[in-house]
Amino acid sequence: MSSKKQGLSSIGKKVIMALTGFFLMFFLLQHLSINLLSVFNADSFNEVSHFMGTNPLVQWVLQPVLIFSVVFHFVWGMKLEYENNQARNVKYAKYNGGANASWMSRNMIISGLAVLAFLALHFYDFWIPEINTKYVIGDTSGLIEGTENFRYHEELVHKFAHQPWRVFLYVLSFVMLSLHLLHGFQSSFQSVGFNHTKYTPVIKMLGNIFAIAIPLGFIFIAIYHYNVHPH
Amino acid sequence: MSEMNLTLKIWRQKNAADKGKMVDYKVNSISEHMSFLEMMDVLNEQLINSGDDPVAFDHDCREGICGSCSMFINGEAHGPVKGTTTCQLHMRSFKDGDTIYIEPFRANAFPVIKDLVVNRSSFDRIQQSGGFISVNTSGNTQDANATAIPKHDADLAMDAAACIGCGACVATCKNSSAMLFVGAKISQYALLPQGQVEAKDRAQNMVAQMDAEGFGNCTNTGACEVECPKGISISNIARMNREYLSGSLK
Repeated sequence: MSSKKQGLSSIGKKVIMALTGFFLMFFLLQHLSINLLSVFNADSFNEVSHFMGTNPLVQWVLQPVLIFSVVFHFVWGMKLEYENNQARNVKYAKYNGGANASWMSRNMIISGLAVLAFLALHFYDFWIPEINTKYVIGDTSGLIEGTENFRYHEELVHKFAHQPWRVFLYVLSFVMLSLHLLHGFQSSFQSVGFNHTKYTPVIKMLGNIFAIAIPLGFIFIAIYHYNVHPH
Repeated sequence: MSEMNLTLKIWRQKNAADKGKMVDYKVNSISEHMSFLEMMDVLNEQLINSGDDPVAFDHDCREGICGSCSMFINGEAHGPVKGTTTCQLHMRSFKDGDTIYIEPFRANAFPVIKDLVVNRSSFDRIQQSGGFISVNTSGNTQDANATAIPKHDADLAMDAAACIGCGACVATCKNSSAMLFVGAKISQYALLPQGQVEAKDRAQNMVAQMDAEGFGNCTNTGACEVECPKGISISNIARMNREYLSGSLK
């Protein structure tokens, strides 16, 4: 690229945001599919969870790509927000942003930071204990200690059953994720140069479906486990 | 004919070094048939008669085709009417007693010269970095119909070429991005066979110049195409992205 000397060009940056965004959206779809199993069949959920948690390809190829995508997406997102803010030192006395662009498109930093804050909670809830059990303690059996039963479904239920605050925070976060995706899905296609008279409206429609259905699926799972299990 | 009395909140700045501030003015008996610039003329006559410095603003053709007039009116580039330049905005879009905010197009890449006049020569430098084709114009002009161009492509190129370079896209963009302007300028050549000779470098050079001028990054809010007085589509930005990416691979 001709602008190599000054780092990535403005187009290079938006393409990176789009590509990491694509991967993260693919990840959401995969994550939801597996989580939905927890509602319908605890054994299948356990088996798939154990596979994902111990398969070398998932653990040492997909997981690093995922971590890289998450970090890149939010670091560059914040960097872009800062740069864009710097491009207009004197602000308008009156700026009617709602006249020409959606709230979602103008506030990706707000929905994005909310999702990032959620990730911290989610890591604390699941990812850190998981990594601790597998790689610090060294127990890769996936079993509840002293039993022959898998621990994954039990752990999930334990986190949500009768935990109103956690369920509330998860639901709120998924609403923010939905707002982020409502702009992000179709924006990713535009960024990589895909814009077509016939297909762009289709992408926008698919984007709206994706942005509502995926978070709604996660919300359903959190509320389901909150309600269903008597303790 | 209805007349209106208005309060104007206008950005006054003596020169590039001055800090500048919003100043309140009153104008009375404004006809609804006046254009916005004619209303500004009335204000300036008033200011001159009272010995004050008139408000400096850009204007030229007053027919909506030159791209000279600017102004950020009530929070929108070229005011509240879509697909319209400030000179073609009429006072019937406002009502008696209104308070109207009038500010210059703001972006670091558009520094204020005086009051509402900004320096948009960053657009010129982007254009000079690649917005041209190298053809011989010394009398041996080729027949216009010698190169066949699909009607669809010619129409899209013409749509892109409708850009008057006013800078409303930059002014309205929350990121002060110039991608709609650059996208249009790249597209009008990318769509035509005459533009292919320099196609490999055009997007690279124009984007590099755009970045060097200090415009922000596009986040696809789409505000630019809504505010563009010529209705330039953000599909031109997608085309620029394609041209840039394919150019960087060549």
